[in-house]
Amino acid sequence: MKEERITIGRALKEGDLFTRLSALIMGAGLLGHRQMVKGILVFLIEVAFCLYMIMSGFHSLAQLPSLGTEAQGKVWNEAKQIYEYTTGDNSQQILLAGVVTCFAIAAIAVLWVLQMRQSFSLQKRIEEGGEVPTFKDDVRNLFDGNLHITLMSLPCLGILVFNVVPLVYMISMAFTTYSKEGEHLILFDWDGLHQFERVLNMNGNIGQQFWHVLAWTVVWAIFATFLNYILGILNYILGMALAMVINRKDTKGKGFWRFCFVLSIAVPQFVTLMIMNIMLQPSGAVNVLLQNLGLINEPIPFWTNAMIARVTIIGINVWVGIPYTMLQVTGILQNIPAELYEAARMDGAGPMRIFFKITLPYMLFVTMPYLISATRPARPTCS
Amino acid sequence: MDNQMAKNTMSPRRRITNLLVHLLLAVLSVIWLLPIAWIVLTSFRAEPGAYTKTFLPQGYTLNNYVKLLTDRNVLNFPRMFKNTLIISIFSCTISTFFVLSVAYSLSRMRFKLRKPYMNMAMILGLFPGFMTMVAQYFILKAMGLTEGAGIRIGLIVVYSACTGLGFQISKGFFDTIPRSIDEAAVMDGATQWQVFTRITLPLSKPIVIYTVMTAFMAPWVDFIFAKVLCRANASQFTVAIGLWNMLQKEYIYQWYTCFAAGAVLISIPIAALFLYMQKFYVEGMSGAVKG
Repeated sequence: MKEERITIGRALKEGDLFTRLSALIMGAGLLGHRQMVKGILVFLIEVAFCLYMIMSGFHSLAQLPSLGTEAQGKVWNEAKQIYEYTTGDNSQQILLAGVVTCFAIAAIAVLWVLQMRQSFSLQKRIEEGGEVPTFKDDVRNLFDGNLHITLMSLPCLGILVFNVVPLVYMISMAFTTYSKEGEHLILFDWDGLHQFERVLNMNGNIGQQFWHVLAWTVVWAIFATFLNYILGILNYILGMALAMVINRKDTKGKGFWRFCFVLSIAVPQFVTLMIMNIMLQPSGAVNVLLQNLGLINEPIPFWTNAMIARVTIIGINVWVGIPYTMLQVTGILQNIPAELYEAARMDGAGPMRIFFKITLPYMLFVTMPYLISATRPARPTCS
Repeated sequence: MDNQMAKNTMSPRRRITNLLVHLLLAVLSVIWLLPIAWIVLTSFRAEPGAYTKTFLPQGYTLNNYVKLLTDRNVLNFPRMFKNTLIISIFSCTISTFFVLSVAYSLSRMRFKLRKPYMNMAMILGLFPGFMTMVAQYFILKAMGLTEGAGIRIGLIVVYSACTGLGFQISKGFFDTIPRSIDEAAVMDGATQWQVFTRITLPLSKPIVIYTVMTAFMAPWVDFIFAKVLCRANASQFTVAIGLWNMLQKEYIYQWYTCFAAGAVLISIPIAALFLYMQKFYVEGMSGAVKG
C-alpha cells in the first residue's frame, strides 16, 4: 500500500466541505464522515476550551506581558474611619495562570491538527469506498492496537501538570524581578536577561557571590564524587566480605546472620537517622554506654568536632550501605555455578586462587553497572 | 553426609577459624542491631526525657504506647496514622497502575512517541525534585487542595502524579518475558489488554509486588512535601511529621519515649514488608544473568 503523507495544507486544499469546515468547527469533519460520537466529543472539547478562554484564559493571557499592575493598596474609608486594604494583582498567580493557558492552547492546537488529518483521511477512505470504523471499533482498538493510548494518557497528564508545568513556571521565574529587594514578592515584572546579567557580572556583589559559590560547588562536586567513589568501593568491599563470610560453607545459622543485617535497613531510614542523631549526642546513648563501660572519661563530640563529625558521617554511610551490598552480593554468590568451584578444586586451586580467579571476576562482571552507578552511598544525616 | 565427614575430620586450625568467624559476625551484628535494640528499649522506658544517665532503662512500662495511642490533645498519633494509611492506600493504587501501564506500553507496544517519551523521562529526572515543589504547591492551591481535607487529596495527587517517570525497573522486568508468549496469545485471538492483564501481569508477580510495596511505603517516609503542604494544619499531619514534631524542643522531654514507641510501631509493618520483599529485591538485582 502506498503511504501518502497527509498534511494540513493538502487537507485544506483538497478537503471537501466537512473537512474544511472542521478547521473552524472542530469535529465537523468527523461528524460529516460517519464518526458521530467522536465528532461530538471533539466539538465538546472545543466548546469547553472556548468557554475557558472567555471566562479566564484571555484575561490571563492579557495579563501575562505585564504580570499585573495593581499593587496592594490602602484606601481610607470615611464612613468606618479605617484604612481598608484592596487586593492587588498577584504576579505569581498571573504567571502560573498564563503558563497554564499557554499549555491549554498548545494542547488544543495539537488536537486541531489531529482532527484535521483524521477528517481528511476519512474523506479519502470514503471516496475510495473503504469501511469507516465505528465508535465501537475505536473503543475496541483502544484496548488492543492502541492500548498504549489508554494506558499512558493519565500518567502523561500527571507528568504534564505536576512536573512539566511547574518546571516551565520555575524557569520563567528567572526572567522576572521576583525578589525581596524593593518589595517585589507579590507584584513583579518581566526583566528579560537582566537577572542573568547580574548573576554573571564579575564586578557586582551578586556576581561575585555567584562565581564564588559556583567555584566552590565545582570543587565540592569533584571532591564529593571522589569521596563517594571511595566510600562506595569501601561499602562494596566490606559488604562483599560480609556476604562471603556469611555464605561460607562452615558458617552456621546463615539465615539468622543475614536477618540481623537486613533488619537494620528494613527500619525506615528517616527513623534510623533520627535515632542515630540522638544516640550520638554528647549525652546520648553511645557516649553513656562507653562511659559506663569505663572506656572513655569525656563524651566524644561526634557532631561538634569537625574532624570527628566527618568520620561519624562516613561511618553512618557505611553502616547504612553495607547491608544493601550484602543483600545484592548474596544473590549473585548463590548464582555462581558450583561446578566451577568443583573443577577448580579438582585442579588443586587454593581458596585465594578460587576467589581471585572465579568469584571476583564473576561478581565484577555481573555488578559492574551497579558498581558504577552505586558509588553514591546513602545520603548522610541532615542534622 | 559430606558435611558430616567434614565435621569429623575438621582440623584444629579450621575449628579456630570458624570460631573467629562466628565471633566476628556476632560483634558486627551487635553494632548493626544496637540502634534498633536501643529504640525498642527506649520505647518501654519508664523515665521521661531524651537523655538518661544509663544505657539500659531503670524501669519498664507500657505507658509510652498507651499515651501515644490515647493522648489526642497535643499530638494526635492515631489520627496521623489514619491520615497516612488513607493517603498511602490511594496513592499506592494510582501509582502502581501508572508505573505498570507505562512500563508495559514502553516494553511491548511500538508507537511514534515511544523514544521521545523515554528521553523526556530521563531529562525530567535530572531536575531536582524540590525545584518543582513550590509550583506544585501553587497548582494545588489553584485547585483548592491546600486547605482542610483537601490536603489529603493534594498529597495523594502529588505522591502519585509523576510516578509515570519511574518505569525503568518494571520495564526491564517486562523486557525479559519472551515475546513469543504474547504472540501465541494474539494468535489465539487475545487483545493487547488481555495479554497485559492475563499474561504479563501474572508472570511478573515479583515486580508487581515490588511496585505496590515501594509505592505504599512512600507516604510513610516522606517528610518534606507533607510538611510543605500541611504547614500548621495539625488535623492533616502524617506520621513522619508527627514523629519529627516529637523531637522538637517544646515536646522532646515529654514525648521522647513516645517517639520511640511510634518509631517502633511504624517500623514493624514496614520492616515486615521489607523482609518479605527482599527476595524480590535480590531476584531483580541478580535476575539479569543466570549461571
